[in-house]
Amino acid sequence: MTQPGTTGLIFNEPELWDKSREGRCGISMPRSDVPRTDLDPALTGDAPELPQLSELDVVRHFVRLSQWNFSIDAGMYPLGSCTMKYNPKTNEVQAARKGFAAAHPLAGDEFSQGALKLMYELEQLLGEITGFPAVTLQPAAGAHGELTGMLMIHAWHAKQGKQRSKILIPDTAHGTNPASATLCGYQSVNIKSGPDGILEPATVAEAMDEDTAGIMITNPNTLGLFEENIKEVCDIVHAKGGLVYGDGANMNAVMGIIKPGELGIDVLHLNLHKTFSTPHGGGGPGSGPVAVVEELIPFLPVPRVEKENDAYSFITDCPDTIGRMHTFYGHFSVMVKAFAYILSMGGDGLTRASQLAVLNANYIKESLKTTLDLPYDRPCMHECVFTDKTVQEYHISTMDMAKRLLDYGFHPPTVYFPLVVDAAFMVEPTETESKDDIDQFIEAVKAIVKEAASDPDKLKSAPYLPKVTRLDEVTAARKPCLKG
Amino acid sequence: MRYLPHTRQDIDQMLAVTGHADLNQLFETIPDSAKTKTGLNLPDALSEWDLNAEMEELASQNAACRSYTCLMGAGSYDHHIPAIVPHLISRSEFMTAYTPYQPEVSQGTLQGIYEFQTMITALLGMDIATASHYDGGTALAECALIALRKSKKANKIAVSSLIHPAHRQIMQTYLDPSGYEIVDIPADRNGLTDVAAFKAMEGMAGVAVQSPNFLGNIEDLGSFRACADEKKCLLISSFTEALAHGLLKRPGSFGVDLVAGEGQSLGMAKSFGGPGLGLLAGTKKMMRNLPGRFVGKTTDSNGQRGYVLTLATREQHIRREKAASNICSNNGLNAMTAAVYMAAAGKNGIREIARLNHDKAVYLKNMLVDAGFESVYDSAFFNEFVVKAPAGFADKRRELAEKHNLFAGVPLESYYPDMADHYLFCATETVSRQAMDLLAKEVKS
Ligand SMILES: Cc1ncc(COP(=O)(O)O)c(C=O)c1O
Repeated sequence: MTQPGTTGLIFNEPELWDKSREGRCGISMPRSDVPRTDLDPALTGDAPELPQLSELDVVRHFVRLSQWNFSIDAGMYPLGSCTMKYNPKTNEVQAARKGFAAAHPLAGDEFSQGALKLMYELEQLLGEITGFPAVTLQPAAGAHGELTGMLMIHAWHAKQGKQRSKILIPDTAHGTNPASATLCGYQSVNIKSGPDGILEPATVAEAMDEDTAGIMITNPNTLGLFEENIKEVCDIVHAKGGLVYGDGANMNAVMGIIKPGELGIDVLHLNLHKTFSTPHGGGGPGSGPVAVVEELIPFLPVPRVEKENDAYSFITDCPDTIGRMHTFYGHFSVMVKAFAYILSMGGDGLTRASQLAVLNANYIKESLKTTLDLPYDRPCMHECVFTDKTVQEYHISTMDMAKRLLDYGFHPPTVYFPLVVDAAFMVEPTETESKDDIDQFIEAVKAIVKEAASDPDKLKSAPYLPKVTRLDEVTAARKPCLKG
Repeated sequence: MRYLPHTRQDIDQMLAVTGHADLNQLFETIPDSAKTKTGLNLPDALSEWDLNAEMEELASQNAACRSYTCLMGAGSYDHHIPAIVPHLISRSEFMTAYTPYQPEVSQGTLQGIYEFQTMITALLGMDIATASHYDGGTALAECALIALRKSKKANKIAVSSLIHPAHRQIMQTYLDPSGYEIVDIPADRNGLTDVAAFKAMEGMAGVAVQSPNFLGNIEDLGSFRACADEKKCLLISSFTEALAHGLLKRPGSFGVDLVAGEGQSLGMAKSFGGPGLGLLAGTKKMMRNLPGRFVGKTTDSNGQRGYVLTLATREQHIRREKAASNICSNNGLNAMTAAVYMAAAGKNGIREIARLNHDKAVYLKNMLVDAGFESVYDSAFFNEFVVKAPAGFADKRRELAEKHNLFAGVPLESYYPDMADHYLFCATETVSRQAMDLLAKEVKS
């Protein structure tokens, strides 16, 4: 099978300032039609030392840089926990419509009805998908959604008259979970998942007490497994007066199959930049809406969108609100893209997407489980987690396999996360990868495992085809050089 | 569905490998009691063409669907966006990449963000800048937390009442659960933060001042530095209009410890308020306290120049509950947008645009005063200023929006109850003299 990775001409490109020449400028200056008025020189500084380039200099620079990047549009990007699905192009067209892109956030409700209606309807759609009566779109990313949700839990306990000091967090949780809890002043109590990779009710019962605010659960969890005991776990936490936070970053596995709001979860964040197909942009901007049960609605951040007689407005008069999380209303253009995606897919399409995401992951798991070590050999959801055990005898690590995959033309899976598995190799193909592409990926992994035995040194200094080879991260951290 | 590639035959072959009878059986580990009985009650899927029609219908219900004159700022600014900015940023290689965890195949993002960090330090006169934050308000809230955590004793922070009201609200939300207290510094008669009031405050971990402030006036950061030095507390400055630094003295020149700000003006559409770009910069001393990602320069195993994410030991994926912040995804693509914008504008371009903004704002203020508005402050401003409107302006303002698609200022009363009839106006390089003259004429009539 021919693998996608190959060589081709790319360009060297210096740092911007090495191309700078005094007197160049890359933008068109508007004509001045008013008198020049100088600001008091005591307040004026020198012009900032930005590089001076022509328009084509700038275009070439960034086009050359872009060619050194891997992207979903170029190839399979099976990063576990990241849901790197195809980002539909029509979503970008929708967000770029003048009525959306040029809208000023303070134009006033009556001049912003389209934006308000879109936000209101998106809240309804996400509420239906997750099974909750209310949603806020304000959080700017997944972790920001976690903080929003945890602040609501904090405020709810305060309102009950007694604040609590701890929060339960399973060992499979993403690092943002404990970090978000800390920002609310909660001490994280790490609880262990059972031998099957999922939480056991007894473990939760033992840890849960009346000084514990609740639990943060990711379901499906980061091993790609469904937390089968979710209902019992929620009951245990509720019985002790706690609340259940759901990290919905992995919602892509279960749309139309389960609704977290029906299972006892009280607050849940979604990542629009995962499940709902908005681009990651090399690290954001994302969007992390939060859905809540009835009892938590008063605590939602302001402003909230309200509908009355077919007119939409922002309201801020909510006495129990946690307050504001974003300067305006959140990442609106990301919301437009997710809205376009949901309308394009429909309910059946979203359910189908989850089914195929789970099919793809199980297919990879079954196809590779004799090649790589699979610590939890159970039916998985949208991702599966392997380790490097089968290649350790050749002194090859997960990182070596990951780097070698680059030469084959695949982005590596997530590596060394979740932490409960040693040297994790976490594959999430998503539903938008075809069987043919997945077969190619499987072949690539098998070929690499063969190479581990036959030519381990080759793997240790991989990759060979990218613009640069392995980078010296140790020196980068010891002697940080953060600007040119 | 065109995004789902599986043929019937693919599905059958794959199910044979996984050992499932059908797609539903794939969910065998989910107890039946947990499965939803209702399915998804959502509208039927739309074709691309029906979607276009529906979305255009929604977009057309915003006044922004037609060209309009924007004399509003208050944290979201109307600036020209050169065609190359969206063009370059829309490249799949930038837009559809993940966070650059595998540096060998992410050098484009990494070098671009390194250049962004460098240009932001030049713009602000600071030693270091992070790879971005969500927005100006969340960046400022993080700065407040840094100051409070660094202080051994103080659990209070002094915050100018002329910082963007939404930014102050975000700080309040972030600080509340930790029991930290925000102490407001009042405004003086000139629409500036009252430094004497700050002088009288005791036990502050830091002081935060926005310049130009929410009323548009340029603050004297130097006097806050002197005062903060006496009190041995950190000085945080913030801003909502990044282009002001094309003209003003840089915060770094006043010895500011931390700077937080909004970078939307650097090439991003207003997009109903987001996503913008959170900017965070500090002195070298603050390096290990700053939240979020940094890109650093290094070499590869052949000695070639290259870039990596670095100093990750502050971050949540390594430090978990002990991390400096919970931030993971940031606003990376918007940082790249700002990099393209700053590279295209360059040293002279950014200076000239900044001057144009100031010229237009001065012209607008003069026209409004001439038309019967009252100038409220004599302080120097960049591209925003406050005026008190003549009686009946609220109705006129609505009429201007409806008839002329001209949005005249942001009313201040909802932010500061004693500012009835006060408006915050903004004029940028996009506003023509003709539009400003029209406004003046309409107000007079
Ligand atoms: C399980 C899980 N939770 C939370 C997050 C945080 O999301 P974000 O990066 O949008 O803040 C991630 C993303 O990496 C995740 O995988």
